[in-house]
Amino acid sequence: MVADQTAPVLELEGVRKAFGSVVALADGTLTVYPGSVHALVGENGAGKSTLIKIVAGLHKRDAGTFRFRSKDAQFSSTADAKDAGIAVIYQEPTLFPDLSVTENIFMGRQPVTRGRRIDKQAMVEEAQRIFDRLGVNLDPRRPAQGLSIADQQIIEIAKAISLDAHLLIMDEPTAALSGMEVERLFAVTRSLRDEGRGIVFISHRFDEVFDLSDTITVMRDGSYIGTVKTQETSNDELVTMMVGREVTELFPKTPAEIGDVVLDVEDLNQAGTFHEVSFTVRAGEIVGLAGLVGAGRSEIARAVFGVDPYDSGTVRLNGRTIPKNKPTAAIEAGMALIPEDRRQQGLILESSVAHNIGAAIRSRLQKLGLITRSSENHAAEPWAGRLQVKTAAMSMNAGTMSGGNQQKVAIAKWLATDPKLLIIDEPTRGIDVGTKSEVHRLLSQLAGEGLAILMISSELPEVLGMADRVLVVSEGRITAELDRSEATPEKVMHAATARHEQIREGAAA
Amino acid sequence: MSAPVTSTEALAKPSQMSTAQRFVKEILASREMAIVLVILAVIAAATSLNQNFLLSSQGWRDLLLTPSILMVLAIGSAIVIVTRNVDLSVGSTLAITAYMTGRLFIDFPGIPIPVVILIGIAVGAGLGLVNGVLVAFGKVPALVVTLGTMYIYRGVVLTWAGSDRINASDMPREFLRLGTMQIGTIPLLTITAVLVLLGAAYWLNSTRSGREMYAIGSNPEAATLYGLPTTKRIIVAFVIGGALAGLAGVMYAARYGTVSAGAGMTWELNAIGAAVIGGVAIFGGSGTVWGAALGAVLLMTINRTLPIMGVPDFWQRAVVGALIIGAIVLDRYLAARQTRKLQEARDET
Repeated sequence: MVADQTAPVLELEGVRKAFGSVVALADGTLTVYPGSVHALVGENGAGKSTLIKIVAGLHKRDAGTFRFRSKDAQFSSTADAKDAGIAVIYQEPTLFPDLSVTENIFMGRQPVTRGRRIDKQAMVEEAQRIFDRLGVNLDPRRPAQGLSIADQQIIEIAKAISLDAHLLIMDEPTAALSGMEVERLFAVTRSLRDEGRGIVFISHRFDEVFDLSDTITVMRDGSYIGTVKTQETSNDELVTMMVGREVTELFPKTPAEIGDVVLDVEDLNQAGTFHEVSFTVRAGEIVGLAGLVGAGRSEIARAVFGVDPYDSGTVRLNGRTIPKNKPTAAIEAGMALIPEDRRQQGLILESSVAHNIGAAIRSRLQKLGLITRSSENHAAEPWAGRLQVKTAAMSMNAGTMSGGNQQKVAIAKWLATDPKLLIIDEPTRGIDVGTKSEVHRLLSQLAGEGLAILMISSELPEVLGMADRVLVVSEGRITAELDRSEATPEKVMHAATARHEQIREGAAA
Repeated sequence: MSAPVTSTEALAKPSQMSTAQRFVKEILASREMAIVLVILAVIAAATSLNQNFLLSSQGWRDLLLTPSILMVLAIGSAIVIVTRNVDLSVGSTLAITAYMTGRLFIDFPGIPIPVVILIGIAVGAGLGLVNGVLVAFGKVPALVVTLGTMYIYRGVVLTWAGSDRINASDMPREFLRLGTMQIGTIPLLTITAVLVLLGAAYWLNSTRSGREMYAIGSNPEAATLYGLPTTKRIIVAFVIGGALAGLAGVMYAARYGTVSAGAGMTWELNAIGAAVIGGVAIFGGSGTVWGAALGAVLLMTINRTLPIMGVPDFWQRAVVGALIIGAIVLDRYLAARQTRKLQEARDET
């Protein structure tokens, strides 16, 4: 038993994986001990996800050793890995929308009684116990459909806990969470660690890596770079290991000349989603929309853009009232929206880069009702070049690109329409450090050219670093408006959680 | 066994209702209940025009007997559709097993009836297996595969039977009696269909493999990540669908006595229509076999009611079409309303 405690739970050495001629993982090396939180960091495309998928049984390795609990492992399916005691929380929640929350947690290993009948009562009670432990108020009987990404992530975590796994792998679990939710997740992670489980934690947020992990392994370009003790390293050292160079400016915000009001939103209401929302965005200004996930920030943006309806209120762009629920009118007036979920809403993954960039200006590209590939390529090239989209050819499929490059293509698509207002939802979610600052530099540059930018972000440093003005949304209401000079993390978090705290205090009293 | 008392506080909000209360409430608010009400309304309307529709022993018998074969087919279709697939070949499968039933009695005089029934089911399952293997391993969309096998299976029975047909006199009287026999006032074929329904409902609702059918249909990618045996389950769905079509073929022979090569033509569409009317989502993941079976009852009952009301042929078909479209529109509306409700609930908590 004692020997077990000191033996590593997971050992990978020189693991290699190639897809066709592309080597996704050249040298995967990782040793995780029980009772430890091991952070795995590296830029996008460093091979972290491939490594995880090999451990999870989704891919088969081409070469190298893979030992799990001191035994050679060769998983041929995710079921094998799961049976061996490996739980994986993927970056994008993968749930069954039609099934209940409880069924999502226990699918494939429901408790059964005689006659192979599923014991539904026991299942619901167990789910409720896990939710109590996580401190979340989620009805285990409701369908998974319509849950926020944060809640979906909670279900993924509950699933992993119910598995009682020896090794828990979390691939950017906090990407969609903020504030309290992250704290809660960390508390649970620590208690799982103290139970003697091994935990692998992937994150792009350094503050979280330092907060949670005790060991850090860095990867770059599909290879192992090094493993360090968290206490003995620094932010700068990690960044240097990751990118092989110093990242000088994370938030290269340059002051821009603030012009006239471009967007004027007045008293926008939508029952059950947001209430009495009024704000303005000026030319050359970046306005940050901060708040917890699910506070209604994306919903407000979607309503302004006309994708979602609203009950009352007005949206004006350059003084002209924009009719509600008409995205085409909004685009014509000069609005652009880059959604949070670019894989599903921002890009056509099966299409080429040129096709994607050309998509928003299709009506301008057509000649006699036809669009030629050359006219598309011609229109797309300057934008792709300007954003340094790393793509061999314009004809490459967007789906095969890294997250950072996908985001750049999504931005390019809308810049081609020559917008007056750019609404961008979580601009750097799931993007590596190097590309992040490129996206930030680009936004700053665009503001400098007189574009009005409304930026939604759950990452506080990003909001505080980039925005000229910060609007904090809590439960569908704007609870604070802070100027760049007066915005501090404490003030923003306080406004974002204001009503939560009141409710909790009321319940405790 | 039961939850510790300390956790009741946390449980208070989500589960205020007892299990029994929730059960009753769920049934009353269910999609299936709506179809029951429509069926009752149709029966009431038909009976008010012609009392014999319900209130004669013949009328009562027909009411129960007519939908029984389609019920079995619709249950099979629902199982396949739940996994985000579809089986267009069940009508042709029915024709093969129905014709084969007659041939078995002619070619092997004295063959025991239970053996014939089992052979029918087994052949149906085998034909379903072909579909399942092509869909699951060939990664070809079920619509294409089963459209192909629909023609192939129909071609088989056309070649085999030619212009020949099985007549009632070719089959033993005991077998034909099964088609009309009643236990109490309930026809045996109806009892068979209900037993199939109970079995399928238990399986889909209360066993791991049954729930996995829904999971696979709801999100196939997630099913793979969960490590569910997707390939096996899809094959099983087609095998069961085929086996039920085989059983339906035997029932067809017993009920009608005459079988030609054209038997069961377009029944696959009726079965899919019944499932959709019954609330089985065509893209998989939701719906129940109860709904599909009730959909079959509604479809067949309306088919018998419209002539009584003096509705011309064209309109009879149009009504079925309108029912299917109406059911889908209703489902979309209810889904949109539920999504909105769930979102509002998220705001309030």
